[in-house]
Amino acid sequence: MFLTISTTGSAEYPATDLGFLLHKHPEKAQSFATSHGTAHVFYPEASERRCTAALLLEVDPVALVRRGKGKGRGGPSDMALAGYVNDRPYAASSLLAVALSAVFSTAMKGVCRTRPERAAEPLPLCVGIPALPAKGGAAVVRALFEPLGWTVTAEPRALDERFPEWGDSRYVALTLEGRLRLSDALRHLYVLLPVLDDAKHYWIASDEVDKLLRAGDGWLAGHPEQKLITSRYLSRRWSLTRQAMERLELARLAAADDSEAEEIDNAVDETADTEERPVPLAVRRREAILGALRAAAAGRILDLGCGQGQLVGELLKDARITEVVGVDVSVRALTAAARRLRLERMPERQSDRVRLIQGSLTYTDTRLKGYDAAVLSEVIEHLDLPRLPALEYAVFGAARPASVIVTTPNAEYNVRWETLPAGRMRHGDHRFEWTRAQFRHWAQGVAERRGYGVEFSAVGDDDPEVGPPTQMAVFSRSDASEGVAA
Amino acid sequence: MTTVRSAPFDGGGRREGRTLAVTDLSLVVLVGSTGSGKSTFARRHFKPTEVISSDFCRGLVSDDENDQSASSDAFDVLHYIVGKRLAAGRLTVVDATNVQSESRGQLVRLAREHDVLPIAIVLDVPEAVCAERNATRRDRADLPRHVIARQQRELRRSLRSLEREGFRKVHILRGAEEVAAAEVELERRFNDLRHLTGPFDIIGDVHGCRAELVALLVRLGYEPRYDEAGRPVGAAHPKGRTAVFVGDLVDRGPDSPGVLRLVMGMVADGDALCVSGNHENKLGRHLKGRQVKHSHGLAETIEQLAAVHQEEPGFTARAQEFIGSLVSHYVLDGGGLVVCHAGLPEKYHGRTSGRVRSFALYGDTTGETDEYGLPVRYPWAEEYHGRATVVYGHTPVPHASWLNNTICLDTACVFGGKLTALRWPERELVDVPAERVWYEPVRPLAGEAPGGHDGRPLDLADVSGRRVVETAHHGRVAVRAENAAAALEVMSRFAIDPRLLAYLPPTMAPCATSERDGYLEHPAEAFAAYRADGVRQVVCEEKHMGSRAVALVCRDAETARKRFGTGGDETGALYTRTGRPFFDDPAMTERLLGRLRGSVEAAGLWDELGSDWLLLDAELLPWSLKASGLLRRQYAAVGAASRAVFPGALAALGDAAARGVDVEELLARQRERAADASAFTEAYRRYCWPTVDLDGVRFAPFQLLAVEGRSLAALPHDEQLALIDRLVDHDGTGLLARTRRLIVDTEDEASLDAGIRWWLDLTAEGGEGMVVKPLQASVRGPKGLVQPGIKCRGREYLRIIYGPEYTRPGNLARLRSRSLGHKRSLALREYALGLEALDRLATGEPLWRVHEAVFAVLALESEPVDPRL
Repeated sequence: MFLTISTTGSAEYPATDLGFLLHKHPEKAQSFATSHGTAHVFYPEASERRCTAALLLEVDPVALVRRGKGKGRGGPSDMALAGYVNDRPYAASSLLAVALSAVFSTAMKGVCRTRPERAAEPLPLCVGIPALPAKGGAAVVRALFEPLGWTVTAEPRALDERFPEWGDSRYVALTLEGRLRLSDALRHLYVLLPVLDDAKHYWIASDEVDKLLRAGDGWLAGHPEQKLITSRYLSRRWSLTRQAMERLELARLAAADDSEAEEIDNAVDETADTEERPVPLAVRRREAILGALRAAAAGRILDLGCGQGQLVGELLKDARITEVVGVDVSVRALTAAARRLRLERMPERQSDRVRLIQGSLTYTDTRLKGYDAAVLSEVIEHLDLPRLPALEYAVFGAARPASVIVTTPNAEYNVRWETLPAGRMRHGDHRFEWTRAQFRHWAQGVAERRGYGVEFSAVGDDDPEVGPPTQMAVFSRSDASEGVAA
Repeated sequence: MTTVRSAPFDGGGRREGRTLAVTDLSLVVLVGSTGSGKSTFARRHFKPTEVISSDFCRGLVSDDENDQSASSDAFDVLHYIVGKRLAAGRLTVVDATNVQSESRGQLVRLAREHDVLPIAIVLDVPEAVCAERNATRRDRADLPRHVIARQQRELRRSLRSLEREGFRKVHILRGAEEVAAAEVELERRFNDLRHLTGPFDIIGDVHGCRAELVALLVRLGYEPRYDEAGRPVGAAHPKGRTAVFVGDLVDRGPDSPGVLRLVMGMVADGDALCVSGNHENKLGRHLKGRQVKHSHGLAETIEQLAAVHQEEPGFTARAQEFIGSLVSHYVLDGGGLVVCHAGLPEKYHGRTSGRVRSFALYGDTTGETDEYGLPVRYPWAEEYHGRATVVYGHTPVPHASWLNNTICLDTACVFGGKLTALRWPERELVDVPAERVWYEPVRPLAGEAPGGHDGRPLDLADVSGRRVVETAHHGRVAVRAENAAAALEVMSRFAIDPRLLAYLPPTMAPCATSERDGYLEHPAEAFAAYRADGVRQVVCEEKHMGSRAVALVCRDAETARKRFGTGGDETGALYTRTGRPFFDDPAMTERLLGRLRGSVEAAGLWDELGSDWLLLDAELLPWSLKASGLLRRQYAAVGAASRAVFPGALAALGDAAARGVDVEELLARQRERAADASAFTEAYRRYCWPTVDLDGVRFAPFQLLAVEGRSLAALPHDEQLALIDRLVDHDGTGLLARTRRLIVDTEDEASLDAGIRWWLDLTAEGGEGMVVKPLQASVRGPKGLVQPGIKCRGREYLRIIYGPEYTRPGNLARLRSRSLGHKRSLALREYALGLEALDRLATGEPLWRVHEAVFAVLALESEPVDPRL
């Protein structure tokens, strides 16, 4: 990884003063050991008119991998295969920012005993970073640097010229030009390189907030993208490291298939937290389900595919409900649900009413027998169609609760979502979305085959043309002594 | 057969002691007052772990072995431990006074709960001796004398009632001397014939069909022996095989006495074993003079016996004696085979109690009867998960078929069906048709064997939590709960229908790390490994670089529906290493399967292999087809970053050097790094090319895994490849790719050199590398299963795995310290599970049995192991 800082000058103010400001002699090549490899500083050009300092960080790829060395089992790292081949040795990532602060720490503070006046005044600067990983592309790069007074040239790099269909890479060749104080320029780079990189491999210490405040002093507070900068800079500390710890098994299974962990470990959508920002439709769906459960006078309830436990939490508020079992196939979802419900801190009498268990609806499960009602809220559409008969048997054939409540999106309504491109489904993991007729056809078939009666209702505003956003079916077992009160 | 467990010290010329028979799985209850010497007795005759004493349990709960206030809790603990031991099938001795009938009653109940015999050993020692012994023990010196006296009274009162209380053996030792001189002899249970290993021919319900029985025995190779009257009275197998009858020899059929005579003769000669059926049981009760209903064909037997009595007066008495001697079930062949009449769940195997006998004779009856007046039974076999194979009869079925490692051999001979035998351990079915309908069935025969071909839908208990899968080739393979949880998630959310997912490919270990300059992997290591395992002939197979794919190809959708029970129109499946559909679009899968089917058809393999389906292990190319996401985000990105950074960095260094700054060394090193990065890009580019639909897609099969009735995993690789070549040759679509190969003799230097050269050429032209496999496919060495394959990846290919700069000497030196042990063990375990899945699939075992092994492979794939290996 590599960057250059250039300035121009004159006989009066020679460009070579850059050497004083950086505390690195322009006629020498110097090397510094940093935590991830050796940093070299040298000057490709150094004249009165123009002087360029280059920072080249030689990352040790083998050491980089060993740093993440795992526990036991012969000691390899807990990384997925792809983690071993990465762009760190080439791209201007957070590692370069760390090297920058180590090599130019004095300059970054704006201290220069020999040329104090030059350190304090803006200079004509040009920064070149040939391989800058930029999440969000050139637009984000501009949004981050332009408000700070830089003229930005960010050119996207092709992923592979041999395969033009692959498109651009996430790297841009960046040139920044402007009249800024050198120390400000360095602090901009120190904060914004990792923000643009937004990678997982970067290790964040607990004092990272302090570092951000120090480096951002004087410019971050007024930056229009302050929120993006701080959240990206700090967010990695929690979710990503925790993610890596929690579901390594899934990551390995993804790697076995040459795919990425996110592709299968996607049961919990961390960006959409429906509790903090309630989506009205989700609330109305829960109300409809609660209404149907009350009508069925259900006391012991299964929430099949409970996800992060939003419905479980609602059900627990109703004293008539004596037992709630949340079942999900995703261990991550169950962990999130336990956290959301604060299961560990719940009083015993309350926690006795709830259980969260891993289960799968494509297998029969004796633990699910004998309940009053089962809820399948926004679940069936996450199953491949050929697996639905297995779910049908497991729920309606084997578990056989007296009532089953199923909700699923109404595909006809999708044209009403302005943000949803035509033909797309509402969620990346939806395997199908049904029209009202398709859902009814399936539900009536199930009812007939399994000895249930079924009634349908709308959830959300019932559009005269395309119907409601969510459709609901309430099944009642025909031999249940107390049927659903119509 | 008995074993003398211990011979007590016999010094001082004491008289020979009494011998106490103790069944090897039983609950031994010592009875005697404090100071009677129970603990000493227990110590002398039983292992320390077999003896659970109340004093010890008192100590556990209260830190004081004599704290009588802790007794209630102490006995809870004692009962708990005893229960656990009995459940595990361990002989257990209770060392407590047990002088009160209540406390003994609890123990008898505990023994019955676990279906073991309760045995009482009473130590009736005079009060004075007890008191004297207590006095010498500091912790008991204060024990009031009246306590001993009371216990003695209670003991006396107990003596007569012990058998009534349920003890099946009662040994009473009178006086300290007799106690000291007694010996304990362990007796094998009647049902425990684990030491007999056969081979066996297990024969289903005969019901008086003597002619069919003789015919079947002859077909099985037995040589019948006849008496002067021409009646068969025995049959021996020249190869020493043993017949095993599942009971119901009598009733309904034309010649029950004839069947009895033949079987009794065979049993007496040691040519057969026989367990009791419910019909023998009832006949036995009738012969003892009990009142029984002469229904279900008993009347016929009574008539036939009366006729025989005329000419052979002693026969009925002999038959009665024989029937009286029949046990309810046998555990045979090291515990791997259980034979009984009506089936037996695992917890009853080798156990002895009334309910075990009742289950073995009548099955799990609900107490209800159906519209034909026949008892309704619970389908115990559907829930059977045991290790032992259970062979039984009792329920007439049209054909014998396997269900959860159990098989019912009652194929309704007397009702005009057939008489069936199972050869063990060959697991072959042999049958002869009934000569006619001898008896009209009350109820039409069930259409299918219990549970049907599929058994039942998959249940979570088949896969979740910590599990152990029994494999034929590698013993017990354990799956940890967290790995099972991950596999459950992938299997449920992403995998194809488990009915079509009959196999998942195992991982493969690389060769030992090479020490040659510039190489991390080299074929010499693979050859050396096989030579060390005694494998001489190996085949080197070209390793295609794409994505692993398994293809299930059926002749048509009808075959898929019939054989695999799917409901749709698919004609098979194409899936990845983790069971996910290879293509998102089912139509594309069908198009690919169609091309494969064309090749199979043209090569004439359907008929040749006698199968309407086959399972292929293959690599699907190009890599970019499946892995394009990963390629773009990871591999191509690395290349892009390197190409972006080096031109500028090298130019800057060049400028600095031109100015006289000392950067020569740095510049040289950056040039090398740039070259490495460029080599990396070239490495991945070789495995990428554009495809449109199936144009450009290549399918490189390298193993035919299974066909109907047969796993081909052990077929030698030259035969395998010959079949595969024919598939490739008959492909007219350009889809199939040939796998190049070379056979190497690991003992021949010239051959080894040729192997190495072959690999060097292969990898020089961009190949990923090769896999070295024993030519004989599945090989066992002195240390067990030999690795089924060892991969040797090419020097350039490994840049994709270990990074662009891995070949630099400093990096190589560090990378060489890789540890292969876990990967090798994982490869063997997954291989054994794969073989197991194929065997289970081929023998037509129910879905859950196949799925159990397949699921375990997926779970093991989530074990932590260096992914670069």
